[in-house]
Amino acid sequence: MHGNGAADAGFWAPLGRGGLSSWIFSTDHKRIGLLYLALILAMFAAATTIGVVLRLKLMTPGNTLLGPQTYNALFTLHGVIMIFLVVIPSIPASFGNIIMPLQIGANDVSFPRLNLFSWWLYVFGAVLALVSIFTGSGAPDTGWTFYVPFSERTTTNVNVAVLAVFVLGFSSILTGLNFITTIHRLRAPGLTWNRLPLFVWSLYATAWIQVLATPILGITVLLIFAERVLHLGLFDPGRGGDPLLYQHLFWIYSHPAVYIMILPAMGVVSEIIPVFSRKPIFGYKMIAFSSLAIAFAGSLVWAHHMFTSGMSDLAVLVFSFLTFVVAIPSAIKVFNWLSTLYKGSISVEPPLLYTLGFVFMFSVGGLTGLVLGSAGTDIHVHDTYFVVAHFHYVIFGGTGLGLFAALHYWFPKVFGRGYDARRATWAFWLSFAGMNVLYMPMFVMGLQGMPRRYYDYLPQFAPLQLISTIGSWVLVAGLALMFGNLVAGAFHGRRAGANPWGAATLEWTLASPPPHHDFPQTPVVERGPYDFTGVSADE
Amino acid sequence: MLHAHTNTGGHVLGNRFLVGVWAALMACTVLTVAVARVDLGFLNVVAAMAVATVKALLVILFFMHLRFENSLLRWMVFIAFVILGICIGFTFFDLAWRP
Amino acid sequence: MSETHKDYDASKMGMWLFLFTEILLFGGLFLLYAAYRHRYAAAFHEAGRALDVVLGGANTVVLITSSLFVAMAITALQQGRKVRCQWFLALTILMALVFLVNKYFEWTAKFQHGVYPGSEHLAALPQGQALFYSLYFAMTGLHGIHVLLGASLLGVVMAFVARDKVRRDDYVLLENAGLYWHLVDLVWIYLFPLFYLIS
Repeated sequence: MHGNGAADAGFWAPLGRGGLSSWIFSTDHKRIGLLYLALILAMFAAATTIGVVLRLKLMTPGNTLLGPQTYNALFTLHGVIMIFLVVIPSIPASFGNIIMPLQIGANDVSFPRLNLFSWWLYVFGAVLALVSIFTGSGAPDTGWTFYVPFSERTTTNVNVAVLAVFVLGFSSILTGLNFITTIHRLRAPGLTWNRLPLFVWSLYATAWIQVLATPILGITVLLIFAERVLHLGLFDPGRGGDPLLYQHLFWIYSHPAVYIMILPAMGVVSEIIPVFSRKPIFGYKMIAFSSLAIAFAGSLVWAHHMFTSGMSDLAVLVFSFLTFVVAIPSAIKVFNWLSTLYKGSISVEPPLLYTLGFVFMFSVGGLTGLVLGSAGTDIHVHDTYFVVAHFHYVIFGGTGLGLFAALHYWFPKVFGRGYDARRATWAFWLSFAGMNVLYMPMFVMGLQGMPRRYYDYLPQFAPLQLISTIGSWVLVAGLALMFGNLVAGAFHGRRAGANPWGAATLEWTLASPPPHHDFPQTPVVERGPYDFTGVSADE
Repeated sequence: MLHAHTNTGGHVLGNRFLVGVWAALMACTVLTVAVARVDLGFLNVVAAMAVATVKALLVILFFMHLRFENSLLRWMVFIAFVILGICIGFTFFDLAWRP
Repeated sequence: MSETHKDYDASKMGMWLFLFTEILLFGGLFLLYAAYRHRYAAAFHEAGRALDVVLGGANTVVLITSSLFVAMAITALQQGRKVRCQWFLALTILMALVFLVNKYFEWTAKFQHGVYPGSEHLAALPQGQALFYSLYFAMTGLHGIHVLLGASLLGVVMAFVARDKVRRDDYVLLENAGLYWHLVDLVWIYLFPLFYLIS
């Protein structure tokens, strides 16, 4: 990539007149994936900074550091940026774009220009989100959930913010549409559905959720806009409206959205574990099926976010029951991953470390999800720090670590270079420790009654709040070390061969980095994705 | 000639067939307006939705060509409507059982 | 240079997937309608009297006929009858304009009676009636936007047909535009009885 001459640079080599425009107007899925990755990581850095500031404010009780209005705006921004600009696109838009076509032996996605348009929509959405912070009455203070009636009445910049969400949703929809078509139409000869890498299966299931659920978010945010601008009054109790209907509409998308977030990360885990145990994955069909099952079942449970809202007892019962059902396919994945590791020839490289971290964090988060899904216990912990801890464990400990695992796994393929494994290992342990010190106390505080989104708190919570904040610093140190290490590797790392990990999926048959046009000839697939016979690592 | 094939393999819907579908749609429209004038209580909604669904099927299956598409596409359409049905239907677990 | 191998089935699949998003988009509003009709059946029945069945019915005929025309446009092009195709497309767009003109008259008549989102007249109505009208404006409004979009899309395709960018041996753009147009018709097929045949 840098320094070793254009011949080694693969798809990084200048195209045409080169320069920025050959990147931001490229229809090459690899370049688009990297454009996404760059922006997603930038948004991640911004939202993490906000998170650090929030934790600073909460370090001690009282009116510290910043005022309540600013605090409300900050946690809203943190949520909106993290969810819509970071986590939802995170793996699909970056590694999905770069790696998925390679894994199916294709030379691009079905609609390359639509793919580029998706990225520009993302850019536009990001700009709108920024505009909402710095114009009008400032950033929204409603929380990322924009609940009515407050979102209709607050004078902050909700209009622009929900338009940003609409645009970002459209970007997500188009990516999903592209991936579904690609996976159906562009698989190489011999690549049957039974030989599809599990990462591709997970992206397929994710894409269906993106296509079918996101439009509901679209209409919901349009309705907020219409309420504010046109005064439709559709959720106004004074005119007979029902604010709970807003919550139904909101969560009909936003619950499946969390499966958009987690499924690709699970796909990454399913790729990495077999390679680093040198064993075929245990229960391939069940893992593939479980991705589809999670996508479907996940669209049946949204009202578990509404147990205390005032909806009917029957709804509470039904949605609680279904929430337990959706836990089953996730558990199947965890059992199958562990069974794959069992008696495997384990090599503890950074990708596997992050993967194992995922399994732990996701298990904690998933089990605490059952506490929330059980309506009786939810009454006690709803809207407390328990919820905050739960979703950070599954989203950050889950998808976050999954993204970092993907970064460390596919890094040599994308950048053509390696990174320092020891520093990566240190970074992992720092981040992992930091995450747990940051979020574990929140479970306790939640059980003890600490409400979420509160600007201040009672003195009894001070010790755990302090510990949590310290955890955030350890975490940030780990993240800084991780990214610093990867950047160093991108510029100075040892040149990587085609298959440094000895994996059996198609992307590892190409040079690192792959050439502009991916496969010189369409590959013919005759083996499964985790069949390592005759496959060995470089060197 | 009801269905022909072009030289590129595309399936052609003959004009007489299309007009026939149009006529069926017109008949359904007349029917639904007529039924709406009779007070059947709750059944009015059922009848209106049933006729609308017949019309929708005529449009989807014939005008939109789904009758002649491969089963993958037809399953996809089915799933999309199932999801819509679930979204509206499950919300009624709440709405229809409020105290 | 990225390959531009045309995959007809992929284009069609992609278009259908996009239509699913439109169905779900409107679906959210249908959910609201179902909820409020369930709760305020009598109020909806009462409020629905203000809507003109003749205009609504006429618009239904107009849209169904427009769907016929666009289907015939496709058949014409498949048979190599380019001019005929363009005529049918023009007729489809004409039907779309007729629809929008009807809508314009309907809405302005409502506005003149003080029936518009956020009006005091609406606020003073019995509970539930204002919701009917709000849903009416929201759903027919969103639908009207799609009529405009669909008609524009058909206009673009008409220009492509003229320039042979859409031809007998490559007409997937026309088919996809037709699919979009039929969706617009489909939504109205449900809007008509729900708003105009409720009394």
